[in-house]
Amino acid sequence: MRADRALRVVLAEDSVLLREGLIGLLGRFGHEVVAAVGDAEALMAAAAEHTPDIVVTDVRMPPDFKDEGLHAAVRLREAQPSLSVLVLSQYVQRSYASELLDSGDGTGVGYLLKDRVGQVEEFQSALLEVAGGGTVVDPEVVRQLLRRRRDPLERLTAREREVLALVAEGKSNTAIARQLVVSEAAVGKHIGNILMKLDLPQADETHRRVLAVLAYLRA
Amino acid sequence: MRSLNVWQALTRSGYLRSGWPWRAAGYLLSSAPVGIVVLLAIVLAAAVGSALAVVLVGLPLLALLALSGLPVAAVERRRLRLVDRRPAPTPHRVPDEPGLMAWVRTRFREQETWRELGYTLAFATVLWPLDLLVFVMALVVPVGLVATPVLMATVGDGEEAPVLKMWTATSWPEAFAVAVAGLLLFAVSAYAIGAVAVGRAELTRLLIAPVETDLGEKVTELVRSRVRLVDAFEAERRRIERDLHDGAQQRIVALTMALGLARLDAPPGPLADQLAKAHDEAGKALAELRELIQGIHPKVLADFGVGAAVADAADRSVVPVDVSVDLPCRLPEAVEAAAYFVVCEALANVAKHSGAARAEVTGRHADGWLVFEVRDDGCGGADVQRGSGLTGLADRVSVLDGRLTLSSPAGGPTLLRVEIPCEPTERSV
Repeated sequence: MRADRALRVVLAEDSVLLREGLIGLLGRFGHEVVAAVGDAEALMAAAAEHTPDIVVTDVRMPPDFKDEGLHAAVRLREAQPSLSVLVLSQYVQRSYASELLDSGDGTGVGYLLKDRVGQVEEFQSALLEVAGGGTVVDPEVVRQLLRRRRDPLERLTAREREVLALVAEGKSNTAIARQLVVSEAAVGKHIGNILMKLDLPQADETHRRVLAVLAYLRA
Repeated sequence: MRSLNVWQALTRSGYLRSGWPWRAAGYLLSSAPVGIVVLLAIVLAAAVGSALAVVLVGLPLLALLALSGLPVAAVERRRLRLVDRRPAPTPHRVPDEPGLMAWVRTRFREQETWRELGYTLAFATVLWPLDLLVFVMALVVPVGLVATPVLMATVGDGEEAPVLKMWTATSWPEAFAVAVAGLLLFAVSAYAIGAVAVGRAELTRLLIAPVETDLGEKVTELVRSRVRLVDAFEAERRRIERDLHDGAQQRIVALTMALGLARLDAPPGPLADQLAKAHDEAGKALAELRELIQGIHPKVLADFGVGAAVADAADRSVVPVDVSVDLPCRLPEAVEAAAYFVVCEALANVAKHSGAARAEVTGRHADGWLVFEVRDDGCGGADVQRGSGLTGLADRVSVLDGRLTLSSPAGGPTLLRVEIPCEPTERSV
């Protein structure tokens, strides 16, 4: 976990109960909620007005309770690719995650299950990761994708898939090494193999990591 | 053109020359003997039954009395043929099980049994005397008039003859004129008897023959109501999903948040352990609720269509699944839902029973048909009838005029195919 920094957050959540809960949670970690709104229209307006560090939004909002929040997030990203967006979803749906990750270049976005906000520390680290330009995908989504075992991921060994899953969750090499109880060098080697097997272009490390994650989600 | 019944014959020419007046007269006249026998039987059975009820033997007899409408109605439906060629089949259901008791139970529960009993009582007490009265009145007057010359020749010694005991004809010409009038009255009577017979026959048909309806209309209405049911079912699923999402799910998320924050502030110790436990349990409850909601009505189905929903279902499958779905358009909601649930059920069966190493789902829309196929390389021997959820889904598909076919030889491979006719809708993918 990196050093805490206070973020200016625009929050969109239609349920009053959760909105208040999230404001309390974000406040607890020292973030400032500059605007808390209940629908996609207001979200667009608030994001334009406050230029926050990060937008946290629910997928499902009035008027139709479909995927207005997600679409608003995608539109915001199209208008302003540098804007970090963390989407909270009630569902593990690849369709939602892909749509979001395809917006911009896949950096500074997060797709978390709503359940995850209860894991307050995980939520906090995901928030900082996304605000810092990282890509975070909920472990549950990643777990599902792992079951697919389709090309090109089929060529990965079980261990490599495990590593990639952790990469997709936005973890650093150090964190991965700690979790798998291996050396950081071993993690680096796994990641090198993964990148090679996924035929990812030689570019800077971070970007390639993101691409690896995207390869997952678009498999 | 042959008339079907007295009513048609009455409205056409040649009624008097046809056999219908005679048949109508026969119908009314034959009421009397049948009615008298029924009346006697009922009175006798009721009397004996009541007398013996004291020693319990009479009770079955009284119960039999309640069923007395059955044979009487059967005879009456037969007698209808005299005046009406249209079929009058029995309105009773065939009992579900063999055996006398099942038959008795069925009959006692049927509305028709009681209607027949009512008709029988009316017939034994009021209807047959009325039939007889009409018959006699319609005949006595013309016969009396026609008989005037005969009476004049016999009883009146050629001097006078009583006409219907109301006045007296006193000359031959008068007597013959009355007889001619009598002959004319015969014609009027024939029409009167016909009309009364029509009324009686219709009353009988109304009370003890099945109500005739246009079967085609009925079937269409049935199909429509089934479609309405399926739609209502879908709407209900959506409502439940929405309620769970807006209510329980939000509350539990808030609860896990509160517990998570409490854990942050709790000093290490037994209380923190308890909190951690509670927090984990709440998290599990949330995960379970999510699965439940997903099963009730997957949100992705409404938002992204059946292709995406199937891909997501494949993601969740334990057995690896290759998905190739080519659906550039959205399809009607009921169709998408039916196809989705069939694929889900098929994938669940693959995971549970087939022992397959992998499965494959293909989907496309061509020539006005949506076709999904689920293949697996498992052990085969799957059976739609054997208590799988596919039976209910087959019904759902058939409501939409679709087909569900399963090929699963022992040893595999298994191929399930669902086809539903539909046209693309305007909804965006």
